[in-house]
Amino acid sequence: MSSPRANRETGPIRMSLSSRFENIEMAQHLCGKLLEGYDLPEEKRHWILMALREALANAIKHGNSQDQAKRVHLDMDVIDDTLQMRIRDEGNGFDPSGVADPLAPENRLKTSGRGIFYMRTFMDEVSFRPVDGGGMEIVLKKHLIREGQKEEKGP
Amino acid sequence: MKTSVREAKGGVQILDLKGKITIGSGDVQLRETINKLVEEGKKNILINMADVTTIDSSGIGELVGCYTSVTNKGGKLKLLHLPPKISDVLTVTQLITVFDVYESEGEAVASFAA
Repeated sequence: MSSPRANRETGPIRMSLSSRFENIEMAQHLCGKLLEGYDLPEEKRHWILMALREALANAIKHGNSQDQAKRVHLDMDVIDDTLQMRIRDEGNGFDPSGVADPLAPENRLKTSGRGIFYMRTFMDEVSFRPVDGGGMEIVLKKHLIREGQKEEKGP
Repeated sequence: MKTSVREAKGGVQILDLKGKITIGSGDVQLRETINKLVEEGKKNILINMADVTTIDSSGIGELVGCYTSVTNKGGKLKLLHLPPKISDVLTVTQLITVFDVYESEGEAVASFAA
């Protein structure tokens, strides 16, 4: 039987980061610690960390406009073998449906607009919601497989 | 990210990249290095990606921007030794078909003369 939270030694992790890109790797490192104990293929682990990178970069750059006075709030936990990451900025919010499809021929050579696409490609669930009082919250979820369990679902 | 440029047969510029091409770390550096080569009139550029450890959407955006700026100047920008994960990232956004990608430096350099 799986416990409600598989990795009690590590999770949950709650962080408040200044709006600096240098903080992305620290958050990725801690996410990696949270994933210890799961028999994840290295590639799957890599894509989870990339999705986190994209969400944090989005919050720092587009959400908080790199304003050092604004924070990025990150909550990470594993509940029922599902990694959940919440990334909240303190910006003005945005309409995710307004982000252009990077696969459309007219957008293929644009220099931006792929971050959300990568998050959706590498995670099982990605949702956005405006936060009361300002800011945007992105929730990323990925089903994990415990050590010794067979993987029932592809990456 | 570390960059170094060497010249191959036919004046092809080989740009060896080492490290990360991610937001705030390597992305702008890549653009500036390519822009400098183009300004010097060096328009046949081969980017050796063998030692690139990480790339994100910002780094991919810079690669695309470099491709466009070199092509618009009448040059060619090609990629060499794509690590598998970077190849995957280019594939899911259908950019892998935009770039000419080579596994052999000799073949890549020769292709610029074709």
